[in-house]
Amino acid sequence: MSTVEVQHVAKTFIDHLPVLQVVIPLISAPLIVFIGNRKLAWLLAMAASATAFVMACLLLAQVKDGSYISYHIGGWAPPLGIEYRIDALNALVLMLISGIGTIVLPYAYNSVNAEIPKRHHTLFYALYMLCLTGLLGMVSTGDAFNVFVFLEISSLSTYVLVAMGAGKDTRALTAAYDYLIMGTIGATFFVIGLGLLYMATGTLNMADIADRIAEQGTNRTVQAAFAFIVVGMGLKAAMYPLHHWLPNAYTYAPSAVTAFLAATATKAAIYVLLRFMFSVFNPGFHFEDWTLYLIFIPFSLLAMFAASFVAVFQSDLKRMLAFSSIAQIGYMLIGIAMLNATGLSASIVHMVNHGITKATLFLGVGAMVMYSKTSFFDNLNGLGRKMPFTGAAMVAAGLSLIGIPGTAGFISKWVLVQAAFENGWWFIAVAIMLSSLLAVVYVWRMFEVLYLTAPDEGCTATDPPLPMLIPMLILAGACIWFGFDTELTLGSARVAAEGLLAGSAGMAH
Amino acid sequence: MERLSDWAFIVGHLNYWMFIILMMTGLYIVVARGNLVKKIVGLNIFQTSVFMLYISIGKVTGGTAPIYPVDMQGNLQVDPSIVYSNPLPHVLILTAIVVGIATTSLALALIIRIREVYETIEEDDILKIERELSAKDYKEHGPAMGGRA
Amino acid sequence: MQHHLILRVITKMLVGTIILFAFYVQFHGDFSPGGGFQAGVIMAVAFILYGIVFNLSKVEQVFPPWLVHKLVALGVLIYAGTGIISLFLGYNFLDYDALNPHHPSHGQHWGIMAVEFGVGVTVTGVMVAIYYAFAGRPPPMKDEDW
Repeated sequence: MSTVEVQHVAKTFIDHLPVLQVVIPLISAPLIVFIGNRKLAWLLAMAASATAFVMACLLLAQVKDGSYISYHIGGWAPPLGIEYRIDALNALVLMLISGIGTIVLPYAYNSVNAEIPKRHHTLFYALYMLCLTGLLGMVSTGDAFNVFVFLEISSLSTYVLVAMGAGKDTRALTAAYDYLIMGTIGATFFVIGLGLLYMATGTLNMADIADRIAEQGTNRTVQAAFAFIVVGMGLKAAMYPLHHWLPNAYTYAPSAVTAFLAATATKAAIYVLLRFMFSVFNPGFHFEDWTLYLIFIPFSLLAMFAASFVAVFQSDLKRMLAFSSIAQIGYMLIGIAMLNATGLSASIVHMVNHGITKATLFLGVGAMVMYSKTSFFDNLNGLGRKMPFTGAAMVAAGLSLIGIPGTAGFISKWVLVQAAFENGWWFIAVAIMLSSLLAVVYVWRMFEVLYLTAPDEGCTATDPPLPMLIPMLILAGACIWFGFDTELTLGSARVAAEGLLAGSAGMAH
Repeated sequence: MERLSDWAFIVGHLNYWMFIILMMTGLYIVVARGNLVKKIVGLNIFQTSVFMLYISIGKVTGGTAPIYPVDMQGNLQVDPSIVYSNPLPHVLILTAIVVGIATTSLALALIIRIREVYETIEEDDILKIERELSAKDYKEHGPAMGGRA
Repeated sequence: MQHHLILRVITKMLVGTIILFAFYVQFHGDFSPGGGFQAGVIMAVAFILYGIVFNLSKVEQVFPPWLVHKLVALGVLIYAGTGIISLFLGYNFLDYDALNPHHPSHGQHWGIMAVEFGVGVTVTGVMVAIYYAFAGRPPPMKDEDW
């Protein structure tokens, strides 16, 4: 920055929201380690993530009209400085991530007590907050390399969080190792893509890259960059053939971690994919259409059927839900591949709705595991009857997973089918409905075990304590609520989708 | 003449050839080796190749290290005729190196834990043990639901 | 490694020099190659060398593990704290102009010093923590095995 006197205008709290919602969880993590007290650690984590959630809501309220906020870190103007840029898409995903992060924490207090040795508790909360920081930073930054840094912050803490399930089942260690190898390869592919983009454009600011690609048109460097970025982020997002790390990581991680990750980690990766495909590479980018039609659609269809089919035959409820996640990611990607506003808003709204739904289900399973010790179906016999509120929450979320009218899942699938018809792709619409039938099968298996089989003799299971129950009920309520009131989710998603299809908003001046 | 320019192209992009070779070597090791530590070695080679790509991008022909010389009084001696390399890729790679260290040490820590539990770091043996665990799970829980573990 | 007299004597001579060099790299980092990352690693090398040549328990007496963990956290807090100060002074996050509004370039200088110091503290802590984590794990090697 030059030494020329610039009239300085003092900034207010509202101006700092884009960076504060990342910095507050970031500061809370070292504070937790520094203080080193288990109860205070939980309090700090809760306060920080709740603050981040409130800030995300305030941000969404500001940008819901389709405008965007640009925040310059260190007062250095982009494209040289790092810019945080919040628009409707960011704000919605931020709200999902920090919201789930906040809701899972009260549940985590008891669940972590039961599943993780006491001496690791402060580290658990510190890592949880680092993971949250990474995900929030990844979503809010407008600088391409910053995405990589935050991606690695969240990934590295995720590997440790997954490995913390080793107290319950040692396979958590190998699951974390597999995830580490796959995740690192994905992140490195992503960073190679960024390097190629930097070669072609000489800048790292996303809006600036977009402007320069538009100027010089497409060339082989840019195409290679696109391929590397899509494969790298596809690995993190568990896009169908690259999903192999997911089932084990979700199955063996501690319950609270699974719920948090299932609702946020893959969604943040899909957000980055969306951001790069539409705001950095232009929607009319010739190479992109072919990628979408020839790669995304077949693999998404495969994911919807193959993963659902595999889910039907699982004997472990957590693993079944993990496979169902892979299938649901197929829906989100196929929405992107439709390349129209309706399809994009469907996949954005499905990110939110599926996040809420899966979090509820994994929280419910976690509560049952507290009693039964494993999540195998034959250990869960009749637990829905013994734990009425937990069971009810899981039923609501299960219906939302299938997409029964009146639940959040229905809204996203309905919009997705609409988008398919808009393009005249009736076979895709049929495929979506058929794969929902597979969802009916596996969700029905869950209901059957929870309600229609007799509980074991002398089963003493009851509903978990209130701090665990209330988060589940809130999320289950959200599954129903967003099925009727789509103003917040679908409204913002439509604004976000239009923003994406309009291409980059250009450099801020 | 054309032959010569081809040759110049190949030699002139030596860094990039090396990048490709290292990257492929690293990926191959990750996939092909069964030893968990060797996999991490491969992963490191893979990551290092990216450092090489970035550093190559930052090179400006005839450029020197991007540091302004300072005289004894601490005044900058800026000579406009000197060409400097682009320092930005170096900074980016500093970050990537730190990430690489974190990944490596985390992976090695995981391997130590795996060794303590499974008493081996060979993938084949670990898979065998895990398959036995899955078979046990299947025997206990699988047939009850007609599914497989 | 009690009978390796030469190693022990040289290590004792070197440790102080290494730490001094680490401080040089740390505080001269804004005019020459160096800064928090490099200084932190060099500083950690001093402790790791001491630990390798003497004993893990010896170095843990000098630099106890609980202190290492606190230092890791402290460094990040210094870094983020610098950013927060500029927030409270009405500037953007990490805008060092805030530290000395009348001479923004001085403010930049101070800000970079503070941030690099935070980075140095964290990197020292992290490298030593990694060493402790690995060295503390296997059974101690017998002296005759060397």
